[in-house]
Amino acid sequence: MTTETVELERIPGKDVPVEVEDLETEEITVNIGPQHPSTHGVFRMMLRLQGETVVNLEPVLGYLHRCQEKLAEGHTYLQSIPYTDRLDYVCSMTNNHAYVLAAEKLAGIEVPRRAECIRVIMDELTRVMNHTLLVGFLLNDMGAWLTPVQYALREREKILDLFEMASGSRMMCNYMRFGGVAHDLPEEFLPLLHKVLADYPVFLDEYERLLTTNEVLMSRCKYVGILPPDEAIAYGVTGPVLRASGVAYDIRKVDRYSLYGELDFDVPVGTVGDVYDRYVQRVYEARQSLRILEQVTPMLQETPPGEIMGEVPRRFKPDAGDAYGRIESPKGELGFYLISDGSDKPYRWRVRAPSFVNLTPLGEMCRGHKVADIIIIFGSLDVTMAEVDR
Amino acid sequence: MTAEELQALRTRLEETLPDGAILEVQESGALVLRPDALLEAGRLLRDEEGFDYLSNVSGVDWLDQNEFEVVYHLYALRRGERMLSTGQPDGAPLATGPSPENQLSVAASAEAKRVSAEGMLGPVVLKVRVPRDNPVVPSVAGLWSSALFQEREAYDMFGLQFEGHPNLKRIYLWDEFADHPLRKDYVPEEA
Amino acid sequence: MGNIEPELSPEQILELEQQGVLLTSGEKLKAIEVLYNWGRRQSMWPMMFGLACCAFEMMAAGAPRFDMGRFGSELFRASPRQADVMIVCGTVNKKMAPMVARLYNQMAEPRYVVAMGACACSGGPFHEGYNVIQGVDKIVPVDVYIPGCPPRPESLLFGWIQLQRKIDGQRIQDVPWYGKDGETRECIIPEYGPHGLVLPEKSEG
Repeated sequence: MTTETVELERIPGKDVPVEVEDLETEEITVNIGPQHPSTHGVFRMMLRLQGETVVNLEPVLGYLHRCQEKLAEGHTYLQSIPYTDRLDYVCSMTNNHAYVLAAEKLAGIEVPRRAECIRVIMDELTRVMNHTLLVGFLLNDMGAWLTPVQYALREREKILDLFEMASGSRMMCNYMRFGGVAHDLPEEFLPLLHKVLADYPVFLDEYERLLTTNEVLMSRCKYVGILPPDEAIAYGVTGPVLRASGVAYDIRKVDRYSLYGELDFDVPVGTVGDVYDRYVQRVYEARQSLRILEQVTPMLQETPPGEIMGEVPRRFKPDAGDAYGRIESPKGELGFYLISDGSDKPYRWRVRAPSFVNLTPLGEMCRGHKVADIIIIFGSLDVTMAEVDR
Repeated sequence: MTAEELQALRTRLEETLPDGAILEVQESGALVLRPDALLEAGRLLRDEEGFDYLSNVSGVDWLDQNEFEVVYHLYALRRGERMLSTGQPDGAPLATGPSPENQLSVAASAEAKRVSAEGMLGPVVLKVRVPRDNPVVPSVAGLWSSALFQEREAYDMFGLQFEGHPNLKRIYLWDEFADHPLRKDYVPEEA
Repeated sequence: MGNIEPELSPEQILELEQQGVLLTSGEKLKAIEVLYNWGRRQSMWPMMFGLACCAFEMMAAGAPRFDMGRFGSELFRASPRQADVMIVCGTVNKKMAPMVARLYNQMAEPRYVVAMGACACSGGPFHEGYNVIQGVDKIVPVDVYIPGCPPRPESLLFGWIQLQRKIDGQRIQDVPWYGKDGETRECIIPEYGPHGLVLPEKSEG
């Protein structure tokens, strides 16, 4: 217990203030969650507070642990594709992509060019949607109650229309298959995509005009929750959080999977690694994704329609062995480690979830900050609990 | 990573590690290490070879061989970052969009030069096997903090004991839970 | 001045009721019930209880395109004390089950539960999971089930309308929570056991 003397200001017209001496204080333990308006899902934090300042933060996970890894061992490889949709439920296309990439590595399957174009289009649309949503929810956490979210959800609907057109479903798309994609794109897809690409930069400009130099956002986000680059690497943080800390590592550039080796895009990098950098990082990455989409659409039109599936055996039974396939999902490095024992069911189906590993430095980042700051630090990490808990 | 790079890496490791530390080199290039050599190998890989990023820690239950296995995937992040930059000066503002007060610097675009040593970025796969009735593995959380949560998950799901982990307790299931669900012989209770 | 109605004898009142000029007491009660239920069904405030993927479709239902606000449920309350409906969107697993029960107990009557999505109805795609509860109705009483994985926002709106119809059909004298003798239905809060959930020991009352 510490003791401190507190002097209160004299307010004119009010009673004589009381001088409080020898105020004894104690650390208190406060529990946030798992049901809480700003915990982005079922996440619980045990805080130890000294007044309003956080001394220690311990995350408690597992409130959405749905046993996906165990269930996948009882299903065939193909039957597990819908389960991948439900990992990071905001970004179902990129989850599909990571899984089919790992399975294709395991079985040595080639993917035709048209399918790769479609995959890149879907990935980048997902990235744009995810980053828009993140900005909306980050502002929600800051207290701009639901207005930015409504803008973000309004734009998200336009992208969901595209997903529904291609795959039949808005969220759980289940669209990619080993060796390609499930269905070819309908005729109406490209005109609508062009319309979205024309309108989206205008929307991002509007968002930035409202937010990027907004006084409240800057005063709440600057120099809050700084993650230095060496610590970010040691903690295994990837994705926009890593790049906002100043490390220019993008798996699309390093691994050059799918068509990314042929595409021209920049990798924005932050300087301080605070919440503000992570916010700006996502807006800039969304713009780069739109740039990628502009390049891939003519590439798609050059490929003959209908060639969306490679040579895949009738029953997917890869030889015994293991493979690790990873992609740059909007949250970070999403990897699947598959071990096959020669049968049609995986022996081990492991998901390397970016949100799970990105959550590791949360305690360190929040130490010394106020309770209100923790909420936005957590929001800026962009965590989806279904991916954390699997 | 190419096979030659992996071979060269393995040779360098064999020179420094004690004899018999590398038990097996699998077809895919994965190195199976003796459990007590794991920390030394990890330190070498991180400090001297530049594999500063531990991406994935998975547990595997080989019921037929009566063993648990822990698989580590390592990448060289800083080397990958250096490979991407083609000399654009730091602090150059972005050309697109309004420039915020906080300037962002731009890394290279997709025509990154294919450096001949572009390999050695990873992954380096390490595997460690321990008997099922005494599943004690040294913890690499001291080398790479990304193992902090992932090792807790392996403990929760398999019962692997990571020696030296600062906070080894369950992460997904509640503390009173007695079983380890991802084991192949786990039988859940009736619903 | 002088608009004093003459006093009616009981026989005269009965005759006027039979003619349909005056409302019977049963009809008066019905009119009050209609008004009471109308007020409740047009302003049901959901509790923010988005557990998993369905939460995003719930948010989309509240978003500009589908707009749940026009049904009166504009305000999603975070606190269970202020909410009328608990929309359980997402899988309820064994670790979360005590929280669901506790939150239900904290809600004030009249309260309703909508099980949105396949997971909340019956466990959904995760039905066989060792940590999954096969349907939230094993813990709390459910009023409306909305199937789908995830259900489209239109499905949620349809389920909402069904709930409104259910409320319309409720009668003040029949519901357990109304009146001096009204009781609050409490759920049992399960506890964590070594292999799953256990029901607590019943304490001597």
